[in-house]
Amino acid sequence: MSSTLLTVSYLGAAILFILSLGGLSSPESSRRGNLYGMIGMAIAVLATVAGPQVTKAGYPWIIAALVVGAAIGVYAARFVRMTQMPELVALMHSLVGLAAVLVGFANYIDPAASAGFKGAEKTIHEAEIYIGVLIGAVTFSGSIIAFGKLSAKISGKPMLLPARHWINLAGLLVVLWCGGWFINSHSIPEGMRPLVVMTVIALLFGIHMVMAIGGADMPVVVSMLNSYSGWAAAATGFMLSNDLLIVTGALVGSSGAILSYIMCRAMNRNFVAVIAGGFGTEGGKPVAAGAQPAGEVNPISATETADLLRAAKNVIIVPGYGMAVAQAQHTVYEITKHLRDKGVNVRFGIHPVAGRMPGHMNVLLAEAKVPYDIVMEMDEINHDFPDTDVAMVIGANDIVNPAAQEDPASPIAGMPVLEVWKAKNSIVMKRSMASGYAGVDNPLFYKENNRMLFGDAKKMLDEVLVALKA
Amino acid sequence: MPQLIGVPREIEAGEKRVATVPDVVEKLVKLGFRVAVQSGAGDAANFADDAYRAAGAEIAEDAAHLWASADIVFKVRAPSMAEVQLMRDGTTSSTTLVSFLWPAQNPQLMQALAAKKATVLAMDSVPRISRAQKLDALSSMANIAGYRAVIEAAHHFGRFFTGQITAAGKVPPAKVFIIGAGVAGLAAIGAASGLGAIVRANDTRPEVADQIKSLGGEFVPVEYVEEGSGVGGYAKVMSEGFQKAQAAVFAKQAKEVDVIITTALIPGKPAPRLITADMVRSMRPGSVIVDLAAEQGGNCELTEPGQVAVKHGVTIIGYTDLPSRLARQSSTLYATNLLRLTEELCKGKDGVINVNMDDEVIRGTTVVKEGAITWPPPPPKLSAAPAPKPAAKQVLPAPKGHGAASAPASAKATAIVFLAAAALFWFIGANAPAAFIGHFTVFVLACFVGYMVIWNVTPALHTPLMSVTNAISSIIAIGALVQVAPPIMEAADRPTAWIVALALISIALVAINMFGGFAVTQRMLQMFRK
Repeated sequence: MSSTLLTVSYLGAAILFILSLGGLSSPESSRRGNLYGMIGMAIAVLATVAGPQVTKAGYPWIIAALVVGAAIGVYAARFVRMTQMPELVALMHSLVGLAAVLVGFANYIDPAASAGFKGAEKTIHEAEIYIGVLIGAVTFSGSIIAFGKLSAKISGKPMLLPARHWINLAGLLVVLWCGGWFINSHSIPEGMRPLVVMTVIALLFGIHMVMAIGGADMPVVVSMLNSYSGWAAAATGFMLSNDLLIVTGALVGSSGAILSYIMCRAMNRNFVAVIAGGFGTEGGKPVAAGAQPAGEVNPISATETADLLRAAKNVIIVPGYGMAVAQAQHTVYEITKHLRDKGVNVRFGIHPVAGRMPGHMNVLLAEAKVPYDIVMEMDEINHDFPDTDVAMVIGANDIVNPAAQEDPASPIAGMPVLEVWKAKNSIVMKRSMASGYAGVDNPLFYKENNRMLFGDAKKMLDEVLVALKA
Repeated sequence: MPQLIGVPREIEAGEKRVATVPDVVEKLVKLGFRVAVQSGAGDAANFADDAYRAAGAEIAEDAAHLWASADIVFKVRAPSMAEVQLMRDGTTSSTTLVSFLWPAQNPQLMQALAAKKATVLAMDSVPRISRAQKLDALSSMANIAGYRAVIEAAHHFGRFFTGQITAAGKVPPAKVFIIGAGVAGLAAIGAASGLGAIVRANDTRPEVADQIKSLGGEFVPVEYVEEGSGVGGYAKVMSEGFQKAQAAVFAKQAKEVDVIITTALIPGKPAPRLITADMVRSMRPGSVIVDLAAEQGGNCELTEPGQVAVKHGVTIIGYTDLPSRLARQSSTLYATNLLRLTEELCKGKDGVINVNMDDEVIRGTTVVKEGAITWPPPPPKLSAAPAPKPAAKQVLPAPKGHGAASAPASAKATAIVFLAAAALFWFIGANAPAAFIGHFTVFVLACFVGYMVIWNVTPALHTPLMSVTNAISSIIAIGALVQVAPPIMEAADRPTAWIVALALISIALVAINMFGGFAVTQRMLQMFRK
């Protein structure tokens, strides 16, 4: 295959990737979008392998590596539970990060790769290697920690080192200094030292950055790491002078960045503040800030819940991470189906940051076969609460906290929330009175028209379903 | 020393309500108060003295003693001048009175209360804000009035409300038209549709249309463009053109329906005349009109306040005491409203009230404070009715720098960004080699394409988006592929083994991502269905 043919193949692949992302604008076109992505990827890989940069000697190796990876990947994709999607995505990001690091190192130690460069070109090439490895390393270690947090192997609480901002700043200065050393080094062994030092610092930085971020901010972190993995690919593209890598990396990078921005906006938080970390634990106990909600909590039983639901005309269900943890989405669907058959208008209100990754709740509900046209976004459904008879909150807390609107002193003040308290009745299903990830007490629990259904979401919903069918 | 709450018997003729009920007495005692109820106060509402006694209240035999000993007096109706004379003289310790008062209509009473150096909380002056809803006695009473209006109408109406097909023939359902969909109107809609009638309703405020529908009513609009929501969620006086259009709608309905229930009130104004004598004449004989605005002059021209009158074959009910006709229910709700107010007044639960004028709710409710008239209060800040569409997203204004980017940036900020970008571009253009510029161009344009494309992605698909972008970022495999076996292998110092090993590990890792990412995305997207 000639190099011009290779270039147009890359162009075709790039277009297919753009179409793939565009296809996700609606559920109808999304499956085709994914297909475009697969075709694009197949074209890119086949064209590269058949192209002038790979000789036949490499084929067996490449095929072997691909087969091994593909087997593991397909196996994981087949058997992962939908509630574990955030972990899987985080883990996959780490693979891209690690690959970027390895490719960067391999490129650096290959004298043939930089043979043609002189002067400014050489400097730029080395800077590209350096940046590619840097981003890759941060992505790798950060994703591993995010994986650990999401799968509860590491505590979800933010870990805050004293003077953490200074530690980060010092790390950055060392990285910059190493960068100067690296670019001015004359031989590969000499340049290796700063490169390795920087890699270690970048790995530590990635760990430190994600460790300092609380569980509720995970949607931002996951999409941010997604963005990093894109930038890592783009940096590798610059290093290899490969336009397809640059385009695709930029696509992925900007998509992740926008998602992070959307998530931050949904929490009314500053992106930098999220990355700097420590939300909900700043100064030890922010709970003391803001007025303590007072009043009585009214518990309710599963049978009474069923009675309320049966008598209702309009029901809105607000799921949160608790539903995912309890694996309750299928029971939720059974209840929904039962009520809808009885003529009750049941809909779902999804907060942008419900769950642990963007769109997490939508995927779970889709898995349970809930039709997507009754699953609404916050902005679509928020003004319908006053006409709603029962708003049922399943394992969510901060995203339905009226303090965000009512209490300017609250740590979550100004965050857009689902206004469940405006419904005639609201029912909150929760294991206990503990506060959410933000560590803020929720005045909703004390509202007069609110009832608390304590217990494991799955178990309680099963009881509600039995009572409904009785 | 806990304060004593006194509940005298209502002396107004025909008034059956009482300001507290045994269940509430128990809760007041829990708040630390002592409660004294005048003997026989609850008789008309079916609450016996013994029930109060069992709940922990003292029973006072005569009103004079009760008024003299009580620190706080709970009443339903505004006190008569005679009752005011029974109140303590403020020189030693003043009395706090809680009741309906209608300060605008009763200036002399206000003066008399002020002269007694009393503190008076008027239950009709509770501000219409969300937090005060639990003590909104007007709403509680209106709810009852609306329900009772339907019951009275059904009582005087000679037919079933619900349609039936019986062996003796077919019965058409009654048609009920309800004017004004406030609390009373909505309660009437619910009660009438519960009885099986066909319910239509009209209101000057278009935003209540959905509430009407939610209760089983049909909204009858007046096709005339004017916004009818006044301050505090109440209706306001409408323009002449609107009134004409409205009259036409009502005249048409009068010919069609069997029952009209009017609930139109505008705060501080006489009730608007909506049903003319002509309209009454056009109604079928045997029809019923219930005028809930009778006390303020009536919405119907022919209403006789307090009476049931038959005019042109139409029964016009002008009762002004509908809540009192459901005395047990209205007493219970009113007593609960008073309990909520007491909780607001007595945050310490120590049996001593504190009339905190900094609290918006208490400030609005208090009309006389220790002899000084504090009515009318400053206007409420928020409308209790759902705000009209443009204000629907009335989330607190975001602090600066927090997600404010959706608003167009200021000209200054934009200029700075553009200048910075221009400087950066100039720097790159002046220093970078030609090859880099080519890649850089591609990179910047791709960022923009990504930006444009991603905004269209629906939030429901954010997880699949992440997993597909993740799969696509496997494109980094190309970087590894070209390193495995490049055509120029034979340089002496090339650590080929290392490079191949690193590249192959990369390929395997990325392949996991590539295949796994696309497969899992496919699996997720399969699940999304209508």
